Amino acid sequence: MASLTIRSIRKNYGSVEVLKGIDLEAKTGEFIALVGPSGCGKSTLLAMIAGLETITAGEIWIGDRMVNSVAPKDRDIAMVFQSYALYPTMTVRENMAFGMESRGVPKDQQKAAIARVASLLQIEQLLHRKPGQLSGGQRQRVAMGRALVRDPSLFLFDEPLSNLDAKLRVDMRTEIKKLHNRVGKTTIYVTHDQVEAMTLASRIAVMHQGAVQQFDEPEVIYNRPSNMFVAGFMGSPSMNFISAEIVSANGRPAVSFPLGGGQVATLPLHTGVADRTGLRKVILGIRPEHLSRQSPEMNGRAGMATMSAPVEVVEPTGAETMAVLKFGESEVVGRFSPDEAPKMGENMPLAVDMTRACLFDPETQRLI
Amino acid sequence: MERLKKWLPILVIAPSIVASFIYVFVFAGWTFYISLSDSTLLPSYNFRGFDNYASLWANRRWGVAYSNLFYFSAFYVTCAMAFGLLLAILIDQKIRAESFWRTVFLYPLAVSFIVTGTVWQWLYNPASGIQFMVNSLGWTDFKFALTTDRQNAIWAIIITGIWGSAGFSMALFLAGLRSVDQDIIKAAQIDGASWFRTYRKVILPTIAPIFLAVAVVLLQFAIKTFDLAVALTNSGPGISTTFPATYVYDFMFQRGEIGQGAAAAMMILAALAVVLIPYSLYLVWRRRREAGHG
Amino acid sequence: MADMVLGATKAHDREAARASRRHLLARIVIYSLLALFSIVYVVPLLVVFFNAFRSNAEISAMGLISLPQSFNLGAWPQAWSDFCIGGQCDGVARYFWNSVGMVVPATIISTALGAINGYVLSKWRFPGSEIVFGCMLLGVFMPGQIALLPWAYLLGQVGLANSVYGLILVHCIQGLSFTTLFFRNYYVGIPDDLIKAARIDGAGFWRIFFRIMVPLSPPIIIVTVIWQFTGIWNEYLFGVVLNSGSNQPITAALVALSMSGTSVRTYDVMSAAVLIAALPPLLVYFFGGKYFVRGLTQGAIK
Repeated sequence: MASLTIRSIRKNYGSVEVLKGIDLEAKTGEFIALVGPSGCGKSTLLAMIAGLETITAGEIWIGDRMVNSVAPKDRDIAMVFQSYALYPTMTVRENMAFGMESRGVPKDQQKAAIARVASLLQIEQLLHRKPGQLSGGQRQRVAMGRALVRDPSLFLFDEPLSNLDAKLRVDMRTEIKKLHNRVGKTTIYVTHDQVEAMTLASRIAVMHQGAVQQFDEPEVIYNRPSNMFVAGFMGSPSMNFISAEIVSANGRPAVSFPLGGGQVATLPLHTGVADRTGLRKVILGIRPEHLSRQSPEMNGRAGMATMSAPVEVVEPTGAETMAVLKFGESEVVGRFSPDEAPKMGENMPLAVDMTRACLFDPETQRLI
Repeated sequence: MERLKKWLPILVIAPSIVASFIYVFVFAGWTFYISLSDSTLLPSYNFRGFDNYASLWANRRWGVAYSNLFYFSAFYVTCAMAFGLLLAILIDQKIRAESFWRTVFLYPLAVSFIVTGTVWQWLYNPASGIQFMVNSLGWTDFKFALTTDRQNAIWAIIITGIWGSAGFSMALFLAGLRSVDQDIIKAAQIDGASWFRTYRKVILPTIAPIFLAVAVVLLQFAIKTFDLAVALTNSGPGISTTFPATYVYDFMFQRGEIGQGAAAAMMILAALAVVLIPYSLYLVWRRRREAGHG
Repeated sequence: MADMVLGATKAHDREAARASRRHLLARIVIYSLLALFSIVYVVPLLVVFFNAFRSNAEISAMGLISLPQSFNLGAWPQAWSDFCIGGQCDGVARYFWNSVGMVVPATIISTALGAINGYVLSKWRFPGSEIVFGCMLLGVFMPGQIALLPWAYLLGQVGLANSVYGLILVHCIQGLSFTTLFFRNYYVGIPDDLIKAARIDGAGFWRIFFRIMVPLSPPIIIVTVIWQFTGIWNEYLFGVVLNSGSNQPITAALVALSMSGTSVRTYDVMSAAVLIAALPPLLVYFFGGKYFVRGLTQGAIK
């Protein structure tokens, strides 16, 4: 039985439709990420799951209860906010105890719960301090502690790491993952950072303009994005999109697009994708890491196509080298290892991994 | 030329600095000196020590003024705050036509206490005001003649003072309530706190500094009470609603005793200092402590 | 599964009904309280307003707080130009114009000076500017009683005693603390980088003020003007002490009027006079409401 089920949820603010029919479900113990750009409706959806926003249409089920008009405190949930929302005039201990006090939990049970969670998160030495005396990371852990102490059936996270600096964000991300492995509660995690979504979630729901674009495991979302929005949103730097035509080369289907100086690149397609569609014009999607410098080992490997393109900009980052190449009129970003780094101005011989390439319908923007 | 440019800002502000300096320090010093002199109708500069203060405190009327001030301040500050807080909480409940309610409760602030006092004086008049209206509605035994009652006239001033200032305290509290991080309230909702508990344990403690600020401002108004007392009762009946400020006016400009009037003025200044200096120090201390925590 | 859903829906409906009933009850309580309190606040205003249009005979008979039975405009011209105040019988017109002549220049001058001072104190900090600001701040808290004797003496010396010009001077100087406070706090919020960029571009002190600061100032100018206008118009102590007789502002006239202990109270004329005195700041308040509140919260909380 699913721990959380969302059926045909719609939300209107006046005449503006913010959520346009959302269907999702989370099995017990799953970590679901709701990811999308600002304004896509993910925070609104989370607020509706929590009971902080009303539902215009549709149903939300937590466990076997429909909770549409159940108050937040009775939904057996806990929430971690972007701004942590710690009660500023209370100590950490009082912050964690507040919910239990409100529900009339006996004092000794409160103490036990706080002790358990404090040791889990290693915040025992902070219990007597006030939020104003804590660092960002510490406040983050206290906010999670307050949620854990409730022992709910559903955890809700609303962009909890957005207020932290980059390094701290990476550390806390790992901590959240470790925590989830230990505690194993069903979690709904809202973020605009697709790296967080990819690393933390067992399934990702990519949202855009109030609708779920794709709901699947991270690997599927990354390798077989259902449309160009998902393809472009997930992955950094994002997937390259090149307008191309399907042609026949040596009797086999291939995509072809113009390069500079009247030349044309023809890349044989790997799978039977082209046969499934009658389209001539397509959009070819190639991720930066699927470009590499041609080398003897590459040739002959199934699915590798070859071409050449001039290098415009080279950006070495130490661990890898990014480069901007020109495929005809389009600029394409490539990701190379430092040993095979491109040089400025060279006409680089490339090997393109066509087993990973995606084709999109230019009109519907969907994956073919 | 460069030198002039560098000095220009200081030159520009210099006249204001001088004027303020004179206004604050020289004037106060002058009045203080007068209070130590033997001036009666006109300033004279013979030093008399603290004689004026002695006769001030021996004066029965000053005793009435001072005790009225304490009485008034206690009720005025606490009730205006309580009432203002109540109004602010009501308006904070996501109600409609909020600006209408705010406009209604705040308009006394736009109007001088002279006007307020005058109008309420009419309302307190038993022959034509509130008592008259209630009587004519049938409750002929109803008595509400505060301003003619020596013992209770002070209540008229207190009530009208609260009426006039509750809107002010409401506006400040409302701003404070609005400044509370909404996420904290959502967290309390999820934590299961009732409406009452959320206010008592989460929202109000968070705006605790505002309570202090409002109290200090209201206390300051109370100490300076003049317009209201003049317009509502003119310190009467008799001298029963004398206030320190009306005492000053009386002695300085009606009785030709500016020495004693100046002494009374200094006492008002002293009362203000007693309220404001600790508060300012507290603010500085708190700011320093907050800066330390980063 | 189906009947579980049905059961859940029924329970959900009951829950929803109960929740909305509670909500409705709360709303009723809130609005009734607010309505009750607003009656307490509106009645005095209505009393004055209506009584200015009723005949005095009716007021004496039916009391101040009763529904108007007649409509009479006679009180107004009387209040304006006939009523006897302190020995003179030409109404409140003269005092009204005294107030206008006092308030308008004083507001304009104190606001302008406050803007310049606030600009200097926030953008051209010099050693000791914080102390200077603190001292100017003291002016806000000074009780007027301390300044009475010195002002009386000073105005006498420069020949401005018992004149509207004297009051203008008094209110300018005293208003300086307030207006400087408002502008300085507002200007502190304007990024210093704007000023630095302008200086690199070659702009000097005055150019920066007029071309950068002033165009960004409309909100605070409105707040300050409203605050000063209201405060100076409603001021009583200095008006009644420093000036006398026909040079006093309208607040003093009002007190004299209601104090004229004739046995026959002409409530209609007095109501009209009160309205004349109260209308300017009230109108400013009704049209500039939100700026009023802004001035409150900005000034008082600091």
